Amino acid sequence: MNLTLRIWRQTGPEDKGRMVTYPVPDVSPDMSFLEMLDVLNERLILDGEEPVAFDHDCREGICGACSLMINGEAHGPQRGTTACQLHMRQFSDGDTIDIEPWRARAFPVIKDLVVNRNAFDKIIAAGGYVTAPTGSAPEAHSTPVPKDDADAAFSSAACIGCGACVAACPNGSGMLFTAAKVTQLSLLPQGQPERYTRVIGMVDAHDEAGFGGCTNIGECTSACPKGIPLNTIGRLNRDYLKATTKRAGTPGS
Amino acid sequence: MDLYTEGDPIADTRAPDGPVETRWDRHRFEMKLVNPANRRKLTVIVVGTGLAGGSAAATLAEQGYHVKSYCYQDSPRRAHSIAAQGGINAAKNYRNDGDSVHRLFYDTVKGGDFRSRESNVHRLAEVSVNIIDQCVAQGVPFAREYGGLLDTRSFGGAQVQRTFYARGQTGQQLLLGAYQALERQIGLGNVEMNARHEMLELVVVDGRARGIVVRDMVTGEISTEMADAVVLASGGYGNVFYLSTNAKGCNVTASWRAHRKGAYFANPCYTQIHPTCIPVSGDHQSKLTLMSESLRNDGRVWVPKAKGDDRGPRDIPEDERDYYLERIYPSFGNLVPRDIASRAAKNVCDEGRGVGPTGLGVYLDFADAIDRLGRKAIEAKYGNLFEMYERITGEDPYEVPMRIYPAVHYTMGGLWVDYDLQSTVPGLFVIGEANFSDHGANRLGASALMQGLADGYFVLPSTLANYLAANPMEKVDASHPEAVAARTDVEDRITRLLAINGDRTVDSFHRELGQIMWEHCGMERSDAGLRKAIAEIRALREQFWQRVRVPGDGEGLNQSLEKAGRVADFFELAELMCVDALHREESCGGHFRAEYQTPDGEAQRDDDRFAYVAAWEYTGTGEPVLHKEDLTFEYVHPSQRSYK
Ligand SMILES: Cc1cc2nc3c(=O)[nH]c(=O)nc-3n(C[C@H](O)[C@H](O)[C@H](O)COP(=O)(O)OP(=O)(O)OC[C@H]3O[C@@H](n4cnc5c(N)ncnc54)[C@H](O)[C@@H]3O)c2cc1C
Ligand code: SF4
Ligand code: FES
Repeated sequence: MNLTLRIWRQTGPEDKGRMVTYPVPDVSPDMSFLEMLDVLNERLILDGEEPVAFDHDCREGICGACSLMINGEAHGPQRGTTACQLHMRQFSDGDTIDIEPWRARAFPVIKDLVVNRNAFDKIIAAGGYVTAPTGSAPEAHSTPVPKDDADAAFSSAACIGCGACVAACPNGSGMLFTAAKVTQLSLLPQGQPERYTRVIGMVDAHDEAGFGGCTNIGECTSACPKGIPLNTIGRLNRDYLKATTKRAGTPGS
Repeated sequence: MDLYTEGDPIADTRAPDGPVETRWDRHRFEMKLVNPANRRKLTVIVVGTGLAGGSAAATLAEQGYHVKSYCYQDSPRRAHSIAAQGGINAAKNYRNDGDSVHRLFYDTVKGGDFRSRESNVHRLAEVSVNIIDQCVAQGVPFAREYGGLLDTRSFGGAQVQRTFYARGQTGQQLLLGAYQALERQIGLGNVEMNARHEMLELVVVDGRARGIVVRDMVTGEISTEMADAVVLASGGYGNVFYLSTNAKGCNVTASWRAHRKGAYFANPCYTQIHPTCIPVSGDHQSKLTLMSESLRNDGRVWVPKAKGDDRGPRDIPEDERDYYLERIYPSFGNLVPRDIASRAAKNVCDEGRGVGPTGLGVYLDFADAIDRLGRKAIEAKYGNLFEMYERITGEDPYEVPMRIYPAVHYTMGGLWVDYDLQSTVPGLFVIGEANFSDHGANRLGASALMQGLADGYFVLPSTLANYLAANPMEKVDASHPEAVAARTDVEDRITRLLAINGDRTVDSFHRELGQIMWEHCGMERSDAGLRKAIAEIRALREQFWQRVRVPGDGEGLNQSLEKAGRVADFFELAELMCVDALHREESCGGHFRAEYQTPDGEAQRDDDRFAYVAAWEYTGTGEPVLHKEDLTFEYVHPSQRSYK
C-alpha cells in the first residue's frame, strides 16, 4: 500500500519544529510500524537527508522505549499495543498518518520524535522501591502472600514506563505511572513498612518534575498499552490522604 | 592453519581446589575486605544496567563504594533483560521433587555439553537460592500458589520444577527489582547515573583498567571517566547476525573495545539458536520475536511429508504430515533441547518441506491440545502468547497452526574471566551475558537470569572488594597520556566514519553481514563454509569503510553514527567467531560442525582434543592468538547426550 506520512521534525531542543510530509510507497501490511519508518529512513539517508530520530529498542512491547503519537493517539489506534507491536495491516492504502512525539511539560523533546523521560526515573528514586539491601533478605517462604494479592500486584507491576499515559492526558499528569508502582508495592507485605513515606515521596517528586495534576479524565488508561486501570489512582489517593494525616500527627514534622 | 597462532595455555583461573561444595565459602573467607571507611574513596564504573549491571551497581553502592553507571537506553530500566519471558532457575527444592544444589550443578554442566568450569557452575547453583530470597524481599511479584507460597514450573525439559516465574514477564519483574534498588541508590547520591551514554573505549593505565571513554548520545560530547575498577555488564552479541531476539541496540562494542585492549575473548562461536521464534516475513524484517518455549509442552511440530506441498495446513491429511520430532526422538518428542529442535527444523526446511511464504518455517500445531483440553484451558495457559502471535502475523493460532523458525537468541561466548570474574586485564571485571562463564557450549533455559543476578548481587561484590583491597592505587585523572590517547582514538574513529560519505547505509551492511553469519556460522558450520565466510566478511568490511554513509555530524543525537560504530565492531567479532568455529573440529552444544556427527546425525564431541575453553588474544593486525584453558571434570563425568 501507499501512504503519506506527516512527521514532526525538530533538530534539537531549541528548534521550534514543524510537520514534514513524506510519501512512502510499497508498504507491506506485514511490516511493523517501526519497520515502515526504517524503510523511510533508509531512503532519506540515500537521498542525503537526515533520518527521523525515534526511540525504540526491544521492538516487542516490553522495554517501553518506543513513544509515538500516531494520528493523535499515543501508540496508535490498536488498544493494548505499543507502537513497535503495531502492524501496518491496521492501516489502509492511501492513508495519511501523522506522527508526533509525546507532548508534555515533563517530557521535553530532544530531537524529532525523541523525548526526555528522565522525570519517571526521578519518581521511582523518590520511593518506588522496597529498602532491602543485598544479603539482608529473609528466606523467601517466610512470608506467604495470598495469590490474589500477588496477582493484583503483578498487574500493576506490568507498567513499562513508556509515558503514553502522560502524553494522552490533557493535564500531562504522570499519576497512572506513579499509582501503578504505589499499588504494586502496597499490595505486598514487603511493601508495608515504607507504604506511607513512599507515596508522599513519589507524589512530591511527580509534582516537582512538572507533571500536571490528575482530574480523573481517564485518557491515560485508554492509552496505556498494559491496561493499568484507573482505580490504581484511587488507591494512591487513599494512601496519600492517610499518609498526610499520619504525617501531620508525627511529632516534629 | 594460517588463521591463528597458539600461545601459552592459561595456567591460573584462581578457582580454589578442595571439595567443590566448599570452594566458594573458603574463597570468600580468604579474600580481603575493604574497610567501610575507605569504600567511599573508591570509584567503580559499571557499564550496563541489565540484571547483571543493575544488581551490581546497586549492591556496590549499598556497600559504600562510589559508583558510576552507564547505559545506552534513556533509562536503566530498559536494558534487554526486561524482555526475558520464561523464568529463573533456583535450587530451592520447594517441590520436594529431588532437586538440590548438586542437581542444578550437574544439569548445568551436562547441559553445557561439558565445556564449562565446574567450580563456577557449582557456585552459581549455590547462590541461586539467595537470589529468590533477595527478589522476594524487593517486592518482585512472582507467581504464587493458592496457599501463598511461590509457584514453580519445569522449563526446557528439566525433570524438576525449579523455575520461578512472573507470568510471561519474569525478566521484566526481576529487572525492575534491581532497577528500583539502583534508583534508591541514585536518589541517595551513591550512584551517578549516566543514561544515553555509550562506552566506546577502555582506558588501561599501567596494565590496569582505570576508566572508559563515553559519548553522551544527546549532546555528542566525548568524555573520559576514571575509576579504581571497571565492570562490564554490557550483555550479549547475538546482533552480529542482524536478525535475533535481542533488542535493536544490543551490541558488542564495550566488550570488543576491551578485547582490543587486552581482554581475551572466550568461545566466541558458541551461539544459542532458539527453536520457537516467529519466522521472517520479508526483507523489511528488523528483529525476531521469541515465542516462549513452554508452547512446546502442548504444541506438536510438523511439516508436510512431500516437498513443495503448498496446500493449507488444515487441508493436509494426518497421514501426509511428518511430526518429525516425535518420529526421530520418540522418548523426548517435541521437548528435545533447543539446539536439537532448531537443527531438525533447519533440516526439514533444507529438504524443501518448510512452510509459509518463505519456506523457512515449520508448524507448531495446537489442534490436538485444544481437542483434548478445550480451548479455554489453552487460552488460560497461552492466551498472551497467542495474542502476540496474532498481532504480528495476522493469523489466529486457535484456527491455523503457528509457524515458527529458529532464531539467534543468546551468546554463551564472551570475555574470558577467572573465578573472580576478572578478565585478563587486571581491574576489568565482566558479568552477565557479556562474560563466557558458567554455560559452556549451551545454556539451559532460565539460567541466564540466574547467572546475571548471581554475578551482580553476590559474586562480584566480594571478588571486586578483594581486588581493591589487595591493590591500593594512586589516583589517575583524565589527563594521563593513556587516557588522552584512548579519547583521541574515539574521536578519530567518529571523524573517520562521518567522513566516508559513501553510497550504502549502515543497516544494509549489517544485514549482509548477518546473512553471511547465519549461512555459515549459524545452526550448522563446516570447514569450507567458514573459510568462505571469513573471506566474505573481510571483503565486506573493506567495503564498509569505503562506502558507508553516516549522515549528520557528531554534535548531537545521531542514531546512524551510533549504529555505524557498533557494526564496525561486529565486523571484527564476526571474523573471530568464524575462526573459533573453524578451529573447533568437533560438535558440542550450540556449535554443530557438519563434519563431526554421529552416524545418526547427532553432535559428536571430541573430549581428547577439545575439552578446553578457547580464549583469544587480540594482536592488532596479525592473527589472533589462541590460549587454552583446560577443563577437568571431577564431579560430572562427560557422557554423550542422547534424546532418542
Ligand atoms: C527475548 C529473550 C527472552 C529471554 N528469556 C530468558 C528466560 O526466560 N530466562 C533466562 O534465564 N534468560 C532469558 N533470556 C536471556 C537473558 O534475558 C539475558 O541473557 C540476560 O538478561 C542478559 O542480562 P545482562 O545484564 O547480561 O545484559 P542486558 O540486560 O542485555 O543489559 C546490557 C546493558 O548494557 C548496556 N550497554 C550495552 N552496551 C553498552 C555500551 N557500549 N555502552 C553503555 N552501555 C552499554 C545496555 O544499555 C544495558 O543496560 C532471554 C533473552 C531474550 C533476548
Ligand atoms: S501506566 Fe501504562 S501508559 Fe503509563 S507508563 Fe505505565 S505502561 Fe505506559
Ligand atoms: S520498542 Fe520496546 S516497547 Fe516498543
